Amino acid sequence: MSGIVSYGSYIPKYRIRPEEIARVWGEDAEKIKNGIYVISKSVPSPDEDVATISVEAARNALKRRPINPKHIGAIYIGSESHPYAVKPTATIVASALGADFNLFSADYEFACKAGTAGMQNVKAMVDAGNISYGIAIGSDTSQGAPGDVLEYTASAGGTAFLIGGEDVIAEINHTASVTSDTPDFWRREGQPYPTHGERFTGEPAYFKHTRAAAARIMEMAGTKPEDYDYAVFHQPNGKFPTRVAKILGFREEQYKDGLLTPVIGNTYSGAMMTGLSAILDKAKSGDRILAVSFGSGAGSDGFDITVTDAIGKMDRHAAPTIQDMLDNVKWVDYSIYAKFKKKIVVGENIA
Amino acid sequence: MGELSRFWRESDHRYRLVAHKCGNCDRVYFPPRDVCPTCHRESVGKMEPIDLSGKGEVVSYTVVHEAPTPFTRQKPYILAIIKLDEGPSLTGQIVDSDPEEVDMGKRVHSVFRKVAEDGKSGIIQYGYKFVLD
Ligand SMILES: [Zn+2]
Repeated sequence: MSGIVSYGSYIPKYRIRPEEIARVWGEDAEKIKNGIYVISKSVPSPDEDVATISVEAARNALKRRPINPKHIGAIYIGSESHPYAVKPTATIVASALGADFNLFSADYEFACKAGTAGMQNVKAMVDAGNISYGIAIGSDTSQGAPGDVLEYTASAGGTAFLIGGEDVIAEINHTASVTSDTPDFWRREGQPYPTHGERFTGEPAYFKHTRAAAARIMEMAGTKPEDYDYAVFHQPNGKFPTRVAKILGFREEQYKDGLLTPVIGNTYSGAMMTGLSAILDKAKSGDRILAVSFGSGAGSDGFDITVTDAIGKMDRHAAPTIQDMLDNVKWVDYSIYAKFKKKIVVGENIA
Repeated sequence: MGELSRFWRESDHRYRLVAHKCGNCDRVYFPPRDVCPTCHRESVGKMEPIDLSGKGEVVSYTVVHEAPTPFTRQKPYILAIIKLDEGPSLTGQIVDSDPEEVDMGKRVHSVFRKVAEDGKSGIIQYGYKFVLD
């Protein structure tokens, strides 16, 4: 059965704490931390963007499973912060990996679930016999308006899954999606920062879609929450995934390993996929994983996954694990953060 | 547009550290060369592209305080000569470290980063930089 042949992630090295953001905007840091369950978030360096993060994540996947890059048949990249409005990130990544000229590729966009939509697409192409391997990437350098609550969580990072039909370390048994037109979060063309439709953020958007996709997957697989060793959900903050896990009947032991937003922030298209990457760093043969993404607008993609014997043969330390990237950090204050993220108006001799 | 064409032509070596290896003497050249400067005519048609690992060590470095416009947000930045494990030496930026963390002999590996942006509407140039191991 088709599934994940290899995986790799990348989280920028810089971090900022909510206390530092709250200090600048005169907010109560404790109240914010208790509201969103986030203690730090990643910050991209000025020379990092979705293309560089995607390349690093994909290269990490190929370090764990060095296939000939000419055998990659498709590259799909999901993000809401592609570096260009017109000119694909996928072409840059393909060139950096040394992929073949004969290649299916595109950039995807569906708020935070565009990367998992790419996974479904690549899996379908493998199952249809169009390609032997494909890469799906979810990656973002998301922006929250200065002073907005999103500024405490909007972070940067990404994960790449090499998907194929042979030697899979994790079989994708089932996948399903739900979609509805919901005005919970959007960004108009040309606007630097997104807007959220407060009333729609929680129940009608995140919870409804995530719950529905999870329920649908468990119905298709004939499984119950207790059949899973791990569960991972989209994680816009630390609170929502914890609550949806409990509503669905999952225990903390099942969801804690895939919950990274409290320490790296919300990596948007990278969020659920990076949580899944952290699970694959630890998983053993036979482990079962429920993974559900969510994208505002709105929709959810669900996956029922079983880890195979092949994971035992993989050198997972051939690329940095999520824990490695959590251990190797540099802290910045708000001034440096504002400079890195181009949040300050500058003179003509500053790029 | 001259700059745009040059970057596009050089994307294999800038993006992936593709070097040329002389089929006659096995020397590795980066940036790639069409003819081996040692073997001359003997090397014609024998220069093979190889992907460098990006692993190497710091031979020397300097801290740049007067940065050109594209690097102003990274000032001061570190420029180093790196000797790659496959033989060639090249100049590259060391990122994600403070100058006091860098030293001669330290191991580095290459990363893929933005090198320059042509204003707000021009092309973004990507390429290799280095981080400490
Ligand atoms: Zn020669």
